[in-house]
Amino acid sequence: MDTIDTRVKTDNLVEVRGVRQSYHKDSSADLLVLDNVDLTLRSGEIVGLLGRSGSGKSTLLRIVSGLLRPTSGDVSWRGASLLGPAEGVAMVFQSFALFPWLTVQENVELGLEAQGVARAEREKRAEQAIDLIGLGGYESAYPKELSGGMRQRVGLARAIVVHPDLLLMDEPFSALDVLTAETLRTDLIDLWMDGKLPIKSVLMVTHNIEEAVLMCDRVLVFSSNPGRVASELIVPFAHPRNRLDPAFRQMVDDIYALMTRRAPAKSTPTPVTTATALYPVSTNIMAGLLETLAAAPYSGRADLPALAAALQLELDELLPLGEALQLLRFGTLADGDLLVTETGRQFVAADTDPRKALFAAALRAHVPLVAQIRQVLDERWNHRASAVRFRDELEDVMSPEYADNTMSAVIAWGRYAELYSYDEDADQFYLDEDEE
Amino acid sequence: MSGTTFPAFASVRRLPNLFDVAAIICIGGLIFAFASGARHTVAPLTAMDAIHLDPSYLPGYALRTTLRMFAALACSLVFTFTYATWAAKSRRAGKVLVPVLDILQSVPIIGFLTFTVVFFMGLFPGRVLGVELAAIFAIFTSQAWNMAFSLYQSLKTVPADLVECATAFQLSPWQKFWRMEVPFAMPGLVWNTMMSMSGGWFFVVASEAVTVGDSTWKLPGIGSYVAQALEERDIAAVFYAIGAMLVVILLYDQLLFRPLVAWSAKFRFEMTASAEAEDPWVLKLLRRTRLLSAIVDRLVFVFNAATGMRLARRTRLIPKASPAVSRVWDIVWVGLLVVAVLVALWKITTYVSAALTWGDLGEALLDGVYTMIRVIVLMILATAFWVPVGVWLGLRPTWARRAQPVAQFLAAFPANLFFPIFVVAIVHFDLNRDIWLTPLMVLGTQWYILFNVVAGAAAFPGDLLEVSKNFRIGGWLWWRRVMLPGIFSYYVTGAITASGGSWNAAIVAEVVTWGSDRLQAHGLGAYIAQASTEGASGNTPKVVLGVVVMSGFVLLFNRLVWRPMYSYAARRLTFA
Repeated sequence: MDTIDTRVKTDNLVEVRGVRQSYHKDSSADLLVLDNVDLTLRSGEIVGLLGRSGSGKSTLLRIVSGLLRPTSGDVSWRGASLLGPAEGVAMVFQSFALFPWLTVQENVELGLEAQGVARAEREKRAEQAIDLIGLGGYESAYPKELSGGMRQRVGLARAIVVHPDLLLMDEPFSALDVLTAETLRTDLIDLWMDGKLPIKSVLMVTHNIEEAVLMCDRVLVFSSNPGRVASELIVPFAHPRNRLDPAFRQMVDDIYALMTRRAPAKSTPTPVTTATALYPVSTNIMAGLLETLAAAPYSGRADLPALAAALQLELDELLPLGEALQLLRFGTLADGDLLVTETGRQFVAADTDPRKALFAAALRAHVPLVAQIRQVLDERWNHRASAVRFRDELEDVMSPEYADNTMSAVIAWGRYAELYSYDEDADQFYLDEDEE
Repeated sequence: MSGTTFPAFASVRRLPNLFDVAAIICIGGLIFAFASGARHTVAPLTAMDAIHLDPSYLPGYALRTTLRMFAALACSLVFTFTYATWAAKSRRAGKVLVPVLDILQSVPIIGFLTFTVVFFMGLFPGRVLGVELAAIFAIFTSQAWNMAFSLYQSLKTVPADLVECATAFQLSPWQKFWRMEVPFAMPGLVWNTMMSMSGGWFFVVASEAVTVGDSTWKLPGIGSYVAQALEERDIAAVFYAIGAMLVVILLYDQLLFRPLVAWSAKFRFEMTASAEAEDPWVLKLLRRTRLLSAIVDRLVFVFNAATGMRLARRTRLIPKASPAVSRVWDIVWVGLLVVAVLVALWKITTYVSAALTWGDLGEALLDGVYTMIRVIVLMILATAFWVPVGVWLGLRPTWARRAQPVAQFLAAFPANLFFPIFVVAIVHFDLNRDIWLTPLMVLGTQWYILFNVVAGAAAFPGDLLEVSKNFRIGGWLWWRRVMLPGIFSYYVTGAITASGGSWNAAIVAEVVTWGSDRLQAHGLGAYIAQASTEGASGNTPKVVLGVVVMSGFVLLFNRLVWRPMYSYAARRLTFA
């Protein structure tokens, strides 16, 4: 088994220069997913790409893997231009991507078979990798007989068996439960520190801040829409790291602050228009969060990392919630904290119907798209309007996925506020009798 | 451990045992029988034996019928793997191939039997082989389309993460096909192959005795045996034939169907270990034999070595999409298609206008309406009867387990073997043909409704049943709000198959003979059957017209009735 070659520690494995990735759209200008991203990967380091969903970090990973060609910009792999899936790069998938009709052994051998490695050699190397990753004895099992953590171990074994210089991991632990994920993370770091992995460098995508600080030597924080590298941080702690260490906690806090600072209304107050992308946050959870915030021990102000830990919410879930509250002026995001506003307190104190009234007022005042839909419905003689036109208008300025999210948000919030109803079969907004 | 992809028959010990002896004798017998059956096909037409009604001839006839079936199946598989793969891999080809397949599925090919016989006889003048190939072709056309569709759909829906994984690990297209795409498609393909085989028995019986114009050919087989029995008014022979067919289908079901379905379960794309049914006895026997499983192991090894070869160069480049270039080719492609369509249209109009009048079209359409009324009435009756029965069975697990194989078995049984019994009854009681010939159309196809409804009711979530008991929902309300919506998507699946099959069956069910008596109902099936026997080689333009009109009816029926129901069921009435 190879070990890390210390002589090439300063070599650049991957260089990404000025990469832009756009989503092609016929009717209007291209929509940017990644904008002007630079990234250098050196031997001997674990680098994390941290950001919220939709920040393009997975796209960047696929560009580095050669699965995707960037719209513009250069990617070089070991000094040569990267034009397709390269030798020496292996990938671990969020969904494990195991072939259910192949046994553990056969799954692990797959990459070697693609390289045309002879059978005997294939079997030997696969067995080594399986043993290394702690799956010895499971060679003849089928993936469906294994637990989630075991499956991801197969995914890891399949990647390292080809002795890649670069291991790519796309949110490898996010489909696992907390305990399993933690075990797998520590096991992986232990193997890495002991130099037992035949790998020179790791690039991993995550939306979990603690995971990034726990595992990575360097973290690139992405901002969303379009994806850019907002900042680059060196994690100075030696392995094994302690999550409870104050310095560790401080770094997690700082990254939270860094990520919430990118929220629209704070730094650059970009006006909310009918073309602003919305995220369909459940009104129930918004109400629940407001109630929690207003009550003790938070009494109106909560530190985001602490809140995330207490509510068992991922960054990816908490931030959209905070932003939705901020959008409706029920809350404010500042310096990694979430604060309840006066309107927010009124909402918490109110009963069901007054709550709906408050929510409706906030929607009409601060979400122009909702106000526009209601206005169109009021003007129509039959109080019906097709949702297609609103969706089309959104798709002119954002990707279909974002447009879908925005429509879902507008439908769900409008329904809760009883501003309008929505008929899914006809894809139409309409006014009910008591809404008119 | 080897890199086996198909390790179903894995075994450790290698010495032959008693099971081997039994298995080898069976295989030897099969080979010998196949060889003697095949020898007759190259004989000249004049040497074609008359069909004997002595039951001792039946095993031989049954063998010939089965051989035809498997020859057609082999053709269907070849077609499936080429056509569907091409349609799925080439965007441009797919745009044409998929709709063509969709239409072919609705064409009652059995109506074309006259041309195919003439065509294949022209290829091998004076040989039995011509008629033989025509029969095989007819069976092929009843099997191939849905198999190809199943493979196409699987190829198009391989999970994205698997595709990415295969690309990232640089599998060659050849390796990707055999390691990822074919295994993923396997359960659907096996299931559809089995459904095709079931449908095929009907066609093999119908296509063995062919009348074109004045001449009739009878290939040795169960279908011809029945045809002969009809001519000689021998009802006992009809029962012998039914008995022989029962044995054949029982063997095919036990030796092939059940082992294959059990084996294909391992390719199901699911990550949860579901309760698996016990292995069928044939699979167990195969696994227990030593020499045979060693041979199978060798074959599997060769297969895996062949499919594991890299062959083509690995994907080195992920091409950047250049919309401008591909658009030019799109335009060229569409242009070619338009030209082809125009030429075809011109050919059809010149041909048809020379031989047919508007009156013929009117007649065919009117007959089509008659047949459509029959199909609708039959579907309503079959639904009213089988849905309650199916729900009753499906909600009782022990009964469902017993009923399911029986219904599948009945669906595979060629219903046309039962026609003579009806015919005798109609002649005897002098019943109205337009009414009493009708049930024949649904005789073989109603079982699809039954076994789908049983499956649906068996899969109905237990908690929802408990809820309805808890709220004491009963009577009509229970059917309307609880059970019918729950089984609807299953019912539609079965009903689509049943109604399509009924249209096809019309061609053989609307005209039947008993000795010199000829019983005919009004309908499009009778129109086509009538046209094929006119003149020296059939009235070709009228047959084409009849088949085209029938295809039109089937297509419209599917588009206007079944498709909307199906998509509604998929959107609203599933438990996902």
